[in-house]
Amino acid sequence: MPLEKKEFKPKIVAFCCNWCSYAGADLAGSSRLTYPADVKIIRVPCSCRVNPMFILRAFEKGADGVIMCGCHPGDCHYSTGNYYARRRMTLLFSMLDYIGVESGRTRVEWVSAAEGVKFSETMNSFVEKIYSLGENVRLGDLRCKN
Amino acid sequence: MQELINRAKELLADGTVARVLGWKAGDLPYNPEPAYFETAEALEDFVYNGFCGANLSKYMIEASKMEGKTMVCLKPCDTYSFMQLIKEHRVDREKAYIAGVGCKGKLDIEKIRARGIRGIESIEGAELTDDAETLKIQTIYGEKSLAYADGMLERCHVCKGKEHVIFDEQIGESKETKDAERFGEVERIESLSPEEKFSYFQSELGKCIRCNACRNVCPACSCRKCVFDSNKFDSSQKANVDSFEEKMFHIIRAFHVAGRCTDCGECSRVCPQGIPLHLFNRKFIKDIDELYGEYQAGADIDSKAPLTDYTFEDAEPSIVGKRG
Ligand code: SF4
Ligand code: SF4
Ligand code: SF4
Repeated sequence: MPLEKKEFKPKIVAFCCNWCSYAGADLAGSSRLTYPADVKIIRVPCSCRVNPMFILRAFEKGADGVIMCGCHPGDCHYSTGNYYARRRMTLLFSMLDYIGVESGRTRVEWVSAAEGVKFSETMNSFVEKIYSLGENVRLGDLRCKN
Repeated sequence: MQELINRAKELLADGTVARVLGWKAGDLPYNPEPAYFETAEALEDFVYNGFCGANLSKYMIEASKMEGKTMVCLKPCDTYSFMQLIKEHRVDREKAYIAGVGCKGKLDIEKIRARGIRGIESIEGAELTDDAETLKIQTIYGEKSLAYADGMLERCHVCKGKEHVIFDEQIGESKETKDAERFGEVERIESLSPEEKFSYFQSELGKCIRCNACRNVCPACSCRKCVFDSNKFDSSQKANVDSFEEKMFHIIRAFHVAGRCTDCGECSRVCPQGIPLHLFNRKFIKDIDELYGEYQAGADIDSKAPLTDYTFEDAEPSIVGKRG
């Protein structure tokens, strides 16, 4: 009997800032909105806390997509954290794209504590995108040739 | 070169400087090495020729802690690194007497070897004073010749210019060497498919032996404690703390110097495996230029580095996908 191909279950990591997006996720939950269970949320104090290494490590450990959510620019709990995060992530995502990790696998979305609907929609569309891209076979080891 | 030696002797004799930081002849015609000279006699070994690619600015971190001033020989591109080091408070401007030395492009022994020129005994035409456009290379297989430009380091083909951004005096002539587009190769890679991009970088980075030369030589990598230092083994900096660092070393390092890298080209020059490390740094530089305005690290003393700055109107990260 031929072995059946395992169904693709994407691994998706979402870094959510404590003040806006994590609260937005909470609101999505209490409003009974849904988002796929493939998304694993990691709470961070601020989007600016997301060291680029976190994103790389997520990919190295087999993530198929990584999304970062924070307060809308101008609304950061610490005033300016997300402005720095925005530049950092732009450059990092561009670098990842440059080495062959499709830009669709990385995303930044600004979600406020009042935007439960946006949170759920964002996660749904991101997961859909990752399903369409399929498994991320890269970055498990950038240096070894298979 | 003689002019430089004479000036160094004068400065040592009149007590302006306590030592000279330059290059001394190595055991082969193409490997002069960075060295300190404290006396006029020692300066007999001083050389300055086409193989003096080494950027001496990072040595000034140590020299800044020494007694007295150091005369440091800096090529035009090296002065950017030095300026950046002043900006990051890693060197003491007062401890340096900067001799801005002229440059007509530096040579890359690997490029010469790649032309099938082996068994080199002596090289003529690598002197700065020599107007010859050709290198005459005596090998154990007979005499070979090579156009100077064909043996040049990659960075000299995309030279930032022959102006010293900081100096106390300028010695020697320079010559324009730029004949290629700085971002040409980066653009070529950008146009590849994701599979092609990944396999290109994997094949290049797969050669890395984690010797750390690229980090150790880099003037922007001057952290007292580096994330890549193992805290488990005092004796061996090379040991990785975990496999993650091993795998992502190049991206992490490039990110750490993003916005501070002057594109001095030392990392690519020293890599024993010939990995084109500048392709990472230059990708960041290109993105910074395009998204946040042209920025040359080390060109001035007071501009804010792009990653420690922001504007309300900065592009959203989604621009990465849109740019295609
Ligand atoms: S990363 Fe390379 S090019 Fe940039 S400053 Fe360091 S050694 Fe020079
Ligand atoms: S790799 Fe990073 S931590 Fe290490 S010296 Fe360079 S900039 Fe500093
Ligand atoms: S110099 Fe080259 S081989 Fe050595 S660690 Fe850097 S990339 Fe790897």
